[in-house]
Amino acid sequence: MKKGEVSFRIGGAAGDGVASSAETFARACTRSGLYVTTYSFYQSVIRGGHVWTQVRASESPVQCHGEDPDILICLNQDTADIHAKNVTDGGAIIVDPNAVKMEKSGLKKGVTPVEIPLLELSRTYSTAQIMKNTVALGAVVGLLDMDFDVFVSVVKSQFGTKKQDVIDANVGAAKAGHDFVAKANLSLQHPVKYTKDRRMLVTGNEAIAMGALASGVKFHSQYPMTPSSSILHYLAAHGPKYGVIVKQSEDELASINLAIGAGFGGVRAMTATSGGGFSLMVEGLGMAGMLEVPVVVVLAQRGGPSTGLPTKTEQGDLNLALGAGQGDWPRAIIAPRNPQECFDLTVRAFNLADAYQTPIILMSDLVLSESYGTVDTFDFNVPIDRGMMADESKPESFKRYLVTESGVSPRAIPGQKGFQYIAGSDEHMEDGTLISDVLAGLPDSLKERVKMHDKRMRKLKSMLKETPGPELWGPEGADLTLISWGSTQGPLREAISRVNSEGKIKVNSLEYSYVFPFHADETKGILKGAKLKMAIEGNYTGQFARLLRAETGIDMDYHMHKYDGEPFEPRHIVSKIKEVIKHA
Amino acid sequence: MPDEEAYEFKSGIKPTWCPGCGDYAVLNATHRALTNLKLESWKVAIISGIGCSSNLPHFLTAFGVHGIHGRVMPIATGLKLANPELTVIGTGGDGDGYGIGAGHFIHAMRRNLDITYIVMDNQIYGLTTGQASPTSLKEMKTKSTPQGVIENPVNPIALALASGATYVSRGFSGDPKGLAELIEAGIKHKGFSLVDVFSPCVTYNHYNTYDYFRPKVYSLQKESHDTKDLGAAWKKALEWGERIPLGIFYVAEGVPTYEDLEPAYKQGMPLKQKLGVQDPKELIEEAM
Repeated sequence: MKKGEVSFRIGGAAGDGVASSAETFARACTRSGLYVTTYSFYQSVIRGGHVWTQVRASESPVQCHGEDPDILICLNQDTADIHAKNVTDGGAIIVDPNAVKMEKSGLKKGVTPVEIPLLELSRTYSTAQIMKNTVALGAVVGLLDMDFDVFVSVVKSQFGTKKQDVIDANVGAAKAGHDFVAKANLSLQHPVKYTKDRRMLVTGNEAIAMGALASGVKFHSQYPMTPSSSILHYLAAHGPKYGVIVKQSEDELASINLAIGAGFGGVRAMTATSGGGFSLMVEGLGMAGMLEVPVVVVLAQRGGPSTGLPTKTEQGDLNLALGAGQGDWPRAIIAPRNPQECFDLTVRAFNLADAYQTPIILMSDLVLSESYGTVDTFDFNVPIDRGMMADESKPESFKRYLVTESGVSPRAIPGQKGFQYIAGSDEHMEDGTLISDVLAGLPDSLKERVKMHDKRMRKLKSMLKETPGPELWGPEGADLTLISWGSTQGPLREAISRVNSEGKIKVNSLEYSYVFPFHADETKGILKGAKLKMAIEGNYTGQFARLLRAETGIDMDYHMHKYDGEPFEPRHIVSKIKEVIKHA
Repeated sequence: MPDEEAYEFKSGIKPTWCPGCGDYAVLNATHRALTNLKLESWKVAIISGIGCSSNLPHFLTAFGVHGIHGRVMPIATGLKLANPELTVIGTGGDGDGYGIGAGHFIHAMRRNLDITYIVMDNQIYGLTTGQASPTSLKEMKTKSTPQGVIENPVNPIALALASGATYVSRGFSGDPKGLAELIEAGIKHKGFSLVDVFSPCVTYNHYNTYDYFRPKVYSLQKESHDTKDLGAAWKKALEWGERIPLGIFYVAEGVPTYEDLEPAYKQGMPLKQKLGVQDPKELIEEAM
């Protein structure tokens, strides 16, 4: 066990309530003033199989779920067989001896096996199988000397005032587990300082949904697809109260077109999906680029290709987002690095969409979308910029696609008297008249086409100026610079801190959350002085490194690619860094 | 009362359809219906897809989206939900609505939004120069079916009845007056209204011509058809051959529209609401 932090893991079969029990514990840790990050390992089954969730809680900020567990709850034999040997020195393993046989010989030294008749104890309070998890959680609260009242407060929040019997049963069951370890005089004597600090515990998807609410989203359409679905769930539950129309559509073709229809109608509109659904949205995205309709599209990546690894993570859809749609149209691609940025950059995405009247793609991945993380709080008082609107007093001179230097034209919305226009997916002139049929190819139309295409594409230049470049984190003059985008930030920074603390070499990190339009000049400036460069990303071909090279001509010295479906862990990166330095 | 110019729906852009195309009659009928209803052109939006008929919005002065192939219904749905005060009309062809957009067509109907969908059904792909469409009749020879179509045609009327449309009608470009009445009644109807129109393609469909339809078509409203009777409508939907019914097959009045049931409107119309979350305390507390 590491000082000042604890990693908790609970494992069982799908349907055992693993994720919800882990969430309860994560909330208890959050309310104990700890920083928390979680990761759920699960499979594409509803019942059976093997699933586990890890909760890492720490006195100082943590941004990845960590590595080996300190405390393990085995709800079934598989969990004991697979995970028990990894529990760290000083840790504990909780099993129900009537259900799970633990091979003690394989455990690391200093690991305490805690055998509790979980199911038997839970029967006093409920016949529900899941109540045995609560007994185990109570035991963990005891082992970690956490305030039992804090745990009770979490249970109360989860079940609300209407379900007093459920609350009583859960509190009773937890108390039974808590008392069991107290009677056995079991404590890990692990010094984690608990405080009364208050923070929020949110998944990346929830942070995106909250960012959308703060931004004034009024329309959200979505077709369920892992790992994006919880955006739909959150907005369906919370949206109507804030006037947000939330629609589950018949497919993703509909999702994107519904959002475009709403965006054309003048409200802030969003849709969310994963790679498969995004593929269906491609034609719609191109249309929105052509019609110049603002829309925010969340692309939560999972393992591909095709339906790939539905419950596993990957960063393999960058090429898809960059190349989505026939022809060229201006887009921005934003990849938040952590839950805080999920909120902040969603706000930014809405403002960019309105300011540039074009689709903005917000890319996360399964780990970021579905893992919980603590944030201090979200400031819902955000800037809202609806972009350039038509001059109400001058309908006669209104041209929806007026050629401007920024590429942005004044926008009118249906219902505005005198501002009627047709938004055409075919190439058109400033007033919207098509140049695709009887005018196509005529000398004047050639000029019009070029003028209009140039206008749209100028938005890229304007967006580039308005968005920040990459962040260089860590010491200057590093021996090695790691280059990443999106959610890799967490494990990567932790790995860098570990390596740097050894004092032998210096490593820093160049991180991109604004991926496109690409900040080539800043990149060139920063990387000019880099001694060694290694790109770290969760895909096979190094999609981001390729973009960077295409935009700057700069090639990486090394690459680290992960596409087994599991997230990066700091130790993977540490050993890769050491290997690279050794061979350099 | 709205001023006179409001009724002026003709944009002055000359349609590019072939001389004799059935779509001219649909444009005129739509124009007449909008004018009769005294709608203000800036409060009307016409959404179309891709195909000859989908050029229609350009020839009127309403707002419009001339979008991509097959996505008329989702775009129209998103717009209508964003601003329920607009009159939203979808237009397009049989390939657009019953082929590539068939899925959306069904779902739009089961939602029962207060929108009107005018499908110019010429039983052929015209803009791509004459391939079979979802409503091409069996054995019809086209560029893509030189040996004759071997698939059964989609029956839009039956599909609409099965999918929960609350106004189901069929018009004919050879009867512009009747067509205008159907469109007008469709727009007035509270709920989803379908106006399927036999709109002959004079260039690529030499089978389903004006002369093909004229001796066969008759008006349901001139016979004792009960438009409230779903069973009778179903029977009429299947009638084809020597006699082909036109007019209103089915109307269900008083069915709540999608907009009626949408919970978000309790906070006011989306365009008129204040943006953002004024008091986020509840959202923040819940996440703690």
